[in-house]
Amino acid sequence: MNRHLAAAALLAALSNPALAGPPDPADPLASVMWDVLRPELFGTAPVQFDDRVTVTAPDNAENAAAVPVMADATALGAVEEMVLFADLNPFPVILRFQPLAARPVIATRFKVQQATPLRAAARTPDGVWHIGGKLLDAAGGGCTAPPATYAAADWADHVGEVQGRAWAPVGEDKATRVRFLVRHPMDTGLVAGIPAYFIEALTLRDADGRALARLQTAEPLSENPVFTLEVQPGAGARSLTLDGRDNQGGEVKAAIPLPWVQGALP
Amino acid sequence: MRALVALLLLIISAAPGWAAGPLSYHLKPVAIAPDTWVFEGTREHFTRGNGGNILNPGFIVTDDGVIVIQTGPSRRFGEEMRAAIATVTDKPIRKVFVSNLHPDYWLGNRAFADVPIAALPGTIEGIKTEGQGMTENMYRLVGDWMRGTEPLVPTETVYGSTVVFGAHRLRLIPLEGHTAADLAILDETTGVLFAGGVVFSDRTPTTPHADIGQWLEALDALDALEVTVLVPNHGRIRTDKAAIAQTRDWLSWLDRSLRERAEAGADMAELLDAPIPERFAGMGVLREEYRRSVSHLWPRIEKAVLPRVN
Repeated sequence: MNRHLAAAALLAALSNPALAGPPDPADPLASVMWDVLRPELFGTAPVQFDDRVTVTAPDNAENAAAVPVMADATALGAVEEMVLFADLNPFPVILRFQPLAARPVIATRFKVQQATPLRAAARTPDGVWHIGGKLLDAAGGGCTAPPATYAAADWADHVGEVQGRAWAPVGEDKATRVRFLVRHPMDTGLVAGIPAYFIEALTLRDADGRALARLQTAEPLSENPVFTLEVQPGAGARSLTLDGRDNQGGEVKAAIPLPWVQGALP
Repeated sequence: MRALVALLLLIISAAPGWAAGPLSYHLKPVAIAPDTWVFEGTREHFTRGNGGNILNPGFIVTDDGVIVIQTGPSRRFGEEMRAAIATVTDKPIRKVFVSNLHPDYWLGNRAFADVPIAALPGTIEGIKTEGQGMTENMYRLVGDWMRGTEPLVPTETVYGSTVVFGAHRLRLIPLEGHTAADLAILDETTGVLFAGGVVFSDRTPTTPHADIGQWLEALDALDALEVTVLVPNHGRIRTDKAAIAQTRDWLSWLDRSLRERAEAGADMAELLDAPIPERFAGMGVLREEYRRSVSHLWPRIEKAVLPRVN
C-alpha cells in the first residue's frame, strides 16, 4: 500500500471509534451494502464470518414473495440473538430472534426485491457476531407487489388467525419442533396506497408464561408468514402459547397443543 | 498495447457467440411422421446459452396449408421457425396452435401475426394476465435472444373438437393440470400426439401452474389414446408411451414425498436438498426443477397439515 494511504487509513481508524478494534475481515459475499449495514446492525461489536452459521435457501428465488430460508447456528453452542437479513432489500432486516429456551435455528419465508446476499448473524455470549450467508438470485419485486390477501372480500375477518402444530421431541436436547402460520397481509408500505401493516413481535411461551423464543418480525416476512422453531418447554407443559402484535395494534394469540404430553389440550 | 489488441482478438475469436455474428437457434426440422416435423429443443432450463430453446414445437404440412404447433420462446425463434418451414414447403401457414400459457409456447407469436393463432380460453386469459410479466422474466433469463419480443395474445379461441385441414384430422383435446388449460393435439391421420405441456420425456416436469390431481387425470386421458409418435413438449420424442408413465411416476412421487415430509414437521427450506430417487437421475434439470416445484406446491400442502389453533 502507498505510504500516504496507509497513514490516512491509520488516522481514520484512530479518529473513528467504530474502527478502533481489529479491522473487520473482508466480506466473503463482497456486498456493496456491507459497510453500511455493519455499524447499523452490529455497532462496534466484533464480527466474524463463520461457516458454522448456515443459511439454507434456494440459489434462485422462484417466488419473490415467499423465499424459504433456514438459519442454523447450533454449531456455535450457546447463542443469545440471531438476525436474519438480506443486504439489498429495501428493509434489510427480516427478523431478530432470541432463542431463550430454544435451539438457535429458525426457518421462515420472506419477500425479496432483487438479487441479494442473504445472511444470518448469531451473537454468542462473548458478544461476537458470527455471520453466515449465501447469494440469492431473484427476478425480484417481492416487496413492492400488492399482497394476494386483498383479493378476498373478507380478508380482515381472518387477520391474526393462527395455524400451528408441535412435534414430539427427538434428539439429545429434547427440543420440540413447532411450526406456525399467522394470517396477515404483512404490507411493507412500499405499495402505493397501501400503508405499512405487519406483525412486529411474536413470543412463544411455556404454559406458565415463560418466554421460550422471542421474535422481532419485520416488513420483508412473506404474507401469511410461516415459522419453524425448536423450543424446550418445561416437562409438564401441555401446550405452548403464542402471543404477538402488529404495528397497528392488532393482537395475535394462540395455544399450540403438545399432544404427546398427558392431559394435553385436545 | 499491441499485445492487448492481440489478446482481445483472441478472446473474440474464442467466444463462439461473438465469432458467429448474430444469435441463431440453427433450427432444423426433423421429420417424425408423414407431413410432420418437429424442432427438437434442449432438455435444459432457459439459459443465455440456449436462448430459451427448450421446447419441441412442430408443424404439419396439409393441402390446406401448414399447421404450426407452438411458436417458441422469442420473436427470433418464431422467425427462424418460419424460415425453416419454408425450406420444407412453399405452402402458406394456415393456423397456429398454442398449447398453454408458459412463455416458451407462444413468445414467437409475433412472427405469425398475419395468421390466426388459436388457444384454449384459459390459455388466452392466462396470457392476458401474466404474459407481460413472463416476457420480462424471459428477457432476464436469456437476454439478447429476446430482442424485439413482445407478448401477442392468441387471436382465436378453440375448444375440444375435431378439425380437418386437407387430409389431416386433428383432435383438439382440452386438458388441465400442468396449467389451468393445456391443449393436446392428436393427428388422427398419422397417429402423432402433440401432448402439450402435460407430458415430459427425460426432462423434469415444470409445475408453476400445476394441480397434480388434475394433471394425473390428464395423463390417464392421453394414455388411453392410439398413438404412433408422442411429441412431449419438452424432452425426447418417443414411439411409445413411456414418457406418460415417467411423468406420472415423477408427479406421484413429488406429491407424496412433500406430503410425507410436511406431516413429519419439515420446513420448506429443508426440502430443497432432499434426496431424489435414483430412477429419476436421467431427467434433465432435475434438482433445479425439483426446487421450483417445492416452491410451487409446498405452501398448500403445508397449510393442510397445520390445524387452526385460535
